[in-house]
Amino acid sequence: MQNYFALFQLPQQFELDITVLDAQYRKLQAEVHPDKFVNASPAERMQSMQMATQVNEAYQVLKQPTSRARYLLQLQGIATDEENNTAMPGDFLMAQMEWREAMDDARAGKDIPALDALLKEMRTQAKALQQQVANEIMAAPTQAALTVRKLRFIDKVSEDVNQLIAQLED
Amino acid sequence: MALLQISEPGLSPAPHQHKLAVGIDLGTTNSLVATVRSGMSTVLHDEHGHALLPSVVRYLQDSIIVGHEAQAAQSLDPVNTIVSVKRFMGRALHDITDRAHIPYHFVENDSSQGILEIKTRAGLKSPVEISAEILKTLKARAEKALGGELTGAVITVPAYFDDAQRQATKDAARLAGLHVLRLLNEPTAAAVAYGLDNAAEGVYVIYDLGGGTFDISILRLSKGVFEVLATNGDSALGGDDFDHRIFCWVLDQVRSKTKDFKPLSEEDTRLLLTKARQAKEWLTDNHEANIVCKLSNGALVDETLSVAQFVTLTEHLVIKTLSPTRKAMRDAGLSIDEIKGVVLVGGATRMPHIRHAVQAFFEQEPLTNLDPDKVVALGAAIQANVLAGNRSGDELLLLDITPLSLGLETMGGLVEKVIPRNSTLPIARAQDFTTYKDGQTAMAIHVVQGERELVSDCRSLARFELRGIPPMAAGAARIRVTFQVDADGLLSVSAREQTNGVEANITVKPSYGLNEDQITSMLKDSFGAAESDKAARMLREAVVDAQRLIEAIQAALAEDGDTLLNADERQQIQTHIDALLALCQGTDSHAVKQASDALNHATEDFAAKRMDASVQKALAGKNLDSLEL
Repeated sequence: MQNYFALFQLPQQFELDITVLDAQYRKLQAEVHPDKFVNASPAERMQSMQMATQVNEAYQVLKQPTSRARYLLQLQGIATDEENNTAMPGDFLMAQMEWREAMDDARAGKDIPALDALLKEMRTQAKALQQQVANEIMAAPTQAALTVRKLRFIDKVSEDVNQLIAQLED
Repeated sequence: MALLQISEPGLSPAPHQHKLAVGIDLGTTNSLVATVRSGMSTVLHDEHGHALLPSVVRYLQDSIIVGHEAQAAQSLDPVNTIVSVKRFMGRALHDITDRAHIPYHFVENDSSQGILEIKTRAGLKSPVEISAEILKTLKARAEKALGGELTGAVITVPAYFDDAQRQATKDAARLAGLHVLRLLNEPTAAAVAYGLDNAAEGVYVIYDLGGGTFDISILRLSKGVFEVLATNGDSALGGDDFDHRIFCWVLDQVRSKTKDFKPLSEEDTRLLLTKARQAKEWLTDNHEANIVCKLSNGALVDETLSVAQFVTLTEHLVIKTLSPTRKAMRDAGLSIDEIKGVVLVGGATRMPHIRHAVQAFFEQEPLTNLDPDKVVALGAAIQANVLAGNRSGDELLLLDITPLSLGLETMGGLVEKVIPRNSTLPIARAQDFTTYKDGQTAMAIHVVQGERELVSDCRSLARFELRGIPPMAAGAARIRVTFQVDADGLLSVSAREQTNGVEANITVKPSYGLNEDQITSMLKDSFGAAESDKAARMLREAVVDAQRLIEAIQAALAEDGDTLLNADERQQIQTHIDALLALCQGTDSHAVKQASDALNHATEDFAAKRMDASVQKALAGKNLDSLEL
């Protein structure tokens, strides 16, 4: 499996110019997408599907800050272990609980604006953590792994909030 | 300066030939076929000048009638005249909730796990077979208009169609003898037609309300790249539902005025539905519609429906389209002011109150400069033309997504999502599973599609059993299940035991739709009864496929054979080509197929090298671009 940064010819680092990533992604898909191989042999169609799949996967991983940080750590041989390692500092857990409570209140009151505000608050928090992880990835990778776990926590709550909004809108 | 290309003696490249490729919009109410002629996408007409083919199929004792003539007979012969068959594609009988109002004799096919069939005087007909009749008619129209056999077709499906519905559509095309270049999502097709026509750039919303389906798609258009950001919809909501509201209203009026009103006959149901549709269309440009007809029991229907009444009757249907719209906007992470334009697609968007609702929601007037009935077919034709290879060096690239999440059933009837909705295609994802008991050697895997948490609320796509797991302690086995969704949006699933590499053989049995055997037998039936006919047809198909393969490989060799292969490797491939060419002169279709497989296999390394070279080439172009700045 090719290194995703190398695949897009981008420097292997957390800071990333999304417009360059987008442009590289489109150029790659323009060459390898199955639509370019409709009349090709089955062997080439298979290659095209596999490569286009890989390009999509790499694009998704690099585009999202949490998965990009996780991937950079993985390249250094550090597993973020989000499934099993759920130990978090007390203050972060407190914030978590507050968000969950705010979610429950909004559910009871069918308050979509409150949920939007909650999403905004979590985005601000995530931005700060992304700044932090950018500095930690090379200098303090173990620390960075914890930050990635925190980011994953926030992503998870955000997903749940979005799902709740969708439910309330029905 | 470009280098002159000179081909090897005796191996002259095929003369540049315009391939006959079409785009087909297989609609709930109407179907169309379009093609690109002299650079322009054009809808093809029948001999009476009709562009729209009503998606109506009438079965007579010995013949089948499709289109206007069938539509005209629907009130006379409702049981054998099938309209809106698209609603039943990939569906089981229990999925059809309003069948009390549909005049067909539905039957559950016992061999295909609940797939529905319709009893006609010509026998049981599946929705796939009925749809194939519509496709055959369009194929014949196109071949007559273009004066030759079609090389391929792009067929459109609602973006919100699930795997079973897509598979059914592809089966119908195969049954009609069409080579499917791609299944294309209707809103994406519309975006292609609209975007290329208007040189549009930016984020556009396609609001597509057809006869029986509703899709909303949000796309980013940029330099010929059409990137779908989010899609949502309702595959059982369309113009038909508006007709149905009018139908129910008329029925209520008549009932309240008539003593001991008898239940409607099938003929009367169809008659009133037709009157309802006509009233709906009339109300687009008029303030009120008169609904007048005589029922078979002698009762006279004479009602007047005003626009205001119609709006009240159908307001909830309009609102029902806005919920998926909001969800798609959220999934795309966009606000209203980021939307550059809203394109209306589908005949049902002609209704003024739909237009007003869309305008109010997006705070801008929707775009209607392309005929909402034709735009999908026009876009499909453009894509077909590109895929057939008639346009080279073009910039058109469609990046489409999965409309619905794919997952597996886990303990307690819960769904574990493996591929989330709105993932760009093609996509593959793997999920590891383990055994629950000591010594367990088999595992049941249930694939579902949908957004809900409970398996029972999602659509069941396939069930299969993974056998041959080596006996181990509970939790020790590692079974990796891989989902692959291709560019058509079709799913395939494979499974492998990881710890000792045993690949258990699995076949995914479609819960709905046809399996390979059923398709083959239907195709054989359609070849005619004589054994020799079948053999001849099989041979012809094998030879056509072989020629297509040789052509593709020779094109690849001409491009990259000198740079990527040494003389030995090249000779090996050539030997396989020569062997296959020789067999194509013979009469053994099985041998032709085997030699085709062998040739394909012999080119696998070459294909991998070419792909690597493509990747290098893609990004090497970056330097050129930056120079142009």
